[in-house]
Amino acid sequence: MTGGMGIGVSAPRTEDRRFITGRGRYVDDINLRSQQYAWFVRSPHPHAEVRGVDAADALKMPGVTAVLTGADMQADDIGPLPVAWGITSRDGSPAFEPEYPALATDRVRYVGNPVAVVVAESRTQARDAAEMVNVDYEELESMSSATAAMEEGAPLIHEGAPGNMCFDWEWLPAAMAPDARSNTDKAFEEAAHVVSLELVNNRLAPNAMEPRASLADFNPATGQLTLYTTSQNPHVNRLLLCTATLKMPEHKVRVVAPDVGGGFGSKIYHYAEELTVCWASRRLRVPVKWTAERSESFLADAQGRDHVTRVELALDADAHFTGMRVDTVANLGGWLSAFGPAIPTVFYAPLLAGVYRTPNIYVTVKGVFTNTTPTDAYRGAGRPEACYAVERAVDEAAVQIGMDPAELRRRNFIQPDEFPYQSPVGQLYDSGDFEGCLDLARELNGYEEFAERRRQSQARGKLRGRGMCFYIEACGAAPSQAAGQLGARAGLYEVATVRVHPSGSVQVLTGAHSHGQSHETTFAQIVAERLGIDFGNVEIVHGDTGEIPFGMGTYGSRSLAVGGTALYKALDKVEEKGRKIAAHLLEAEAADIEFTDGQFRVAGTDRAVPFGDVALAAYVPHNYPLQELEPGLEETAFFDPENFTFPSGCYICEVEVDRQTGEVELCDFVAADDFGNIINPMVVEGQVHGGLAQGIGQALLEHCRYTPEGQLLSGSYMDYCMPRADDLPNFVVATRCTPTPFNPLGVKGCGEAGAIGAPPAVINAVLDALRPLGVTHIDMPATPQAVWQAIQAAQSGD
Amino acid sequence: MDATVSFTLNGKNVSAETTGATLLVDLLRNHFGLTGAHVGCDTSQCGACVIHVDGVSVKSCTMLAAQADGSTVETIEGLAANGELHPVQQAFHEHHALQCGFCTPGMIMSAVDLLRRNPRPSEVEVRDWLEGNMCRCTGYHNIVKAVRAAAVAMGEQAS
Ligand code: FES
Ligand code: FES
Repeated sequence: MTGGMGIGVSAPRTEDRRFITGRGRYVDDINLRSQQYAWFVRSPHPHAEVRGVDAADALKMPGVTAVLTGADMQADDIGPLPVAWGITSRDGSPAFEPEYPALATDRVRYVGNPVAVVVAESRTQARDAAEMVNVDYEELESMSSATAAMEEGAPLIHEGAPGNMCFDWEWLPAAMAPDARSNTDKAFEEAAHVVSLELVNNRLAPNAMEPRASLADFNPATGQLTLYTTSQNPHVNRLLLCTATLKMPEHKVRVVAPDVGGGFGSKIYHYAEELTVCWASRRLRVPVKWTAERSESFLADAQGRDHVTRVELALDADAHFTGMRVDTVANLGGWLSAFGPAIPTVFYAPLLAGVYRTPNIYVTVKGVFTNTTPTDAYRGAGRPEACYAVERAVDEAAVQIGMDPAELRRRNFIQPDEFPYQSPVGQLYDSGDFEGCLDLARELNGYEEFAERRRQSQARGKLRGRGMCFYIEACGAAPSQAAGQLGARAGLYEVATVRVHPSGSVQVLTGAHSHGQSHETTFAQIVAERLGIDFGNVEIVHGDTGEIPFGMGTYGSRSLAVGGTALYKALDKVEEKGRKIAAHLLEAEAADIEFTDGQFRVAGTDRAVPFGDVALAAYVPHNYPLQELEPGLEETAFFDPENFTFPSGCYICEVEVDRQTGEVELCDFVAADDFGNIINPMVVEGQVHGGLAQGIGQALLEHCRYTPEGQLLSGSYMDYCMPRADDLPNFVVATRCTPTPFNPLGVKGCGEAGAIGAPPAVINAVLDALRPLGVTHIDMPATPQAVWQAIQAAQSGD
Repeated sequence: MDATVSFTLNGKNVSAETTGATLLVDLLRNHFGLTGAHVGCDTSQCGACVIHVDGVSVKSCTMLAAQADGSTVETIEGLAANGELHPVQQAFHEHHALQCGFCTPGMIMSAVDLLRRNPRPSEVEVRDWLEGNMCRCTGYHNIVKAVRAAAVAMGEQAS
């Protein structure tokens, strides 16, 4: 009845047809009559006073309509870009949140900071005119690294943040407070072994292949604003536009996020550029369009990671982990991006238990301003950083005590009968089978035959290494009340409407947004399965606030666990109402009606009515219980989860290092993941592949490099090394399943796993290869140069 | 420096007024409304804009519109003949070789050119050929699989 495309089937994707024939509709593909083009004037300096903006020459250029500045914005009462999550320092004071104007008013704090916008009849004219805007800057001293920003006498970026400190935070969850610190210290005093590592988690540029773009269309006749924008969460953008920045009533603003070419976190936020084009369109009464160039994306899209962390792990004589201390410095950039303060704190510290029974954990995090592009969520968002710290430390411990890394992990695993498991860092893990995943990964890797492969590599003059990682992460953000207590300023539920048409075909209006995740297929599979209707009779509508009641969007692998569950709950309501209609049609009690395979049936009889007939009766209610029921069949559900979900998995990879050139070749990569139940295995595998590629990119290739003062050195694909087809191996992926009890679908989420688990697996493998040469440490990315230098340093005894 | 360019576009003769600086990709997207070729970078590296000019894959962001004068241009929109998907398109669909779809038109046009030159590429050859096409979503695994599957399908069609 589902057309063979119910839950658990690798249904080919509904959305593919338009993309493979070139008929996708991305923001830059949309053009409106008489639209004009915006080009941003951006700061070339990492840190400067803006003493004035002289637009006279620019305004004389052909085609130029306007040059607008921060002062114009202030005059129009446009609010600053909002911070969505408040963090409290350990002394009880709130994190310092500077007012972040979309166009700088008095100071610029990173290269690329928007200062003014030129609007012209063509994009070329706007760009040429932007060159003619004279900004009078007084350069100030600056720095790009958080460590430098914390030094005595470092230039001050925000008057309100002495020492450039946004917050100085410690993590004392209820499970451990207030003794976390003393208990952890005690564990270290009593430890048989202690390992200590200083790790750099490199800054990354998200690099969705579609650059950001926004097209705003204000209609002066109706007072209605329509914004087409590259967003992962159009409803939230509308909310922020309406309540915080542009200040218009929500019913007058429609935000459309059509096809979006990847997000990975970078398209979550309410950015300066989309606000500016909305405001410019309202002010100038013409549609205004902006499309980023890639070099602009490198400056203007929120970046990810950038931590320096000291991690220490204490073990007893039996190799049980007894305590962990983590002290992290997080680089937040020149301003706070929307979730900037939350990512290195509440999305990071609660995952530092990993999959282990470590009883005592104490975490401190300092959030520091620097003269760089603001940082925020990038695929994994806090969890890759946590996983990297834990899994590097665990491997180091295995080396130091001379134990097989798999065995050391196994010895410390949380056991299957301990779920739900309360971790000391505040998470209630839902389910997992860590040994099972480990065994699966070992089998796929051919764990026992590694020595032989190593010999073969050696025979070819290569150093072979193997690395392992076990990750656990929190998906499905989030229980709103818990998130609220942690500082979230929004709810984190999701919304779905199921609209059954009179003919029995179904439209789903979902607040989740698909920019590669395949919701049009997987959500339709859920509907087909539940209603027993053909998969082809279901359409998933997303990305338009004009069509969909509300929603919180897609990030943090939440779409299925939260949005899918909202859909499931709406389907419950449809089924419930259908049951009453069917009872009437079949002259039976609703309690006696069963619903299976698309048929409402009087239990124990062959009297049945198909779903389509019930839908028709709801819209043509000639024979219908009108006294008890409204006609129509359309139901909406909001779902606010009880808990996060916790996917976990074991990754093993092998590398070959060329000691002459420092080149690392990734030979094999094995992933054994537990995502709970799976709707579409093919789609899940695709998500894992993509995550792995990004994680491997972080480990071996990618890095946003700045000069010490804050000029971005890796600002294009000439300098920022993206993973390409010939950098990556084929992946071997497999799953085990322990369904989560925290949602009725039993699903956990799979979007970020690869990006979380891959970096430590790869670096552990590189170190395994290099240890025979005396190399004990390397930071990401392990480029040929970095590896070669590490080898030289070790060999010369430095 | 305005000039008229005339060429064959997906089988039809077309002409347009361009300025000397207009890029071919912009002409296709903005003048002809063929938005399948995408612009993903400004340094000629991502390959989202790949089309065929005289049967050879080119990055249309790297060519001036004027240079297309007199040539035969084929874009992703012209690849499916009479509504029937090209085997490479079909294979991308069957093997889940796309997620957000942004890199896909360039990826497919590039792969079609590869298979014209090398009807049975090895995995390594596919990966090497696609070095100029970036995808941030798929990790390339399924793209490589799809291109090789298309090669097999095209071989069967031909025999
Ligand atoms: S747009 Fe990137 S190569 Fe043409
Ligand atoms: S499918 Fe998204 S960039 Fe390739």
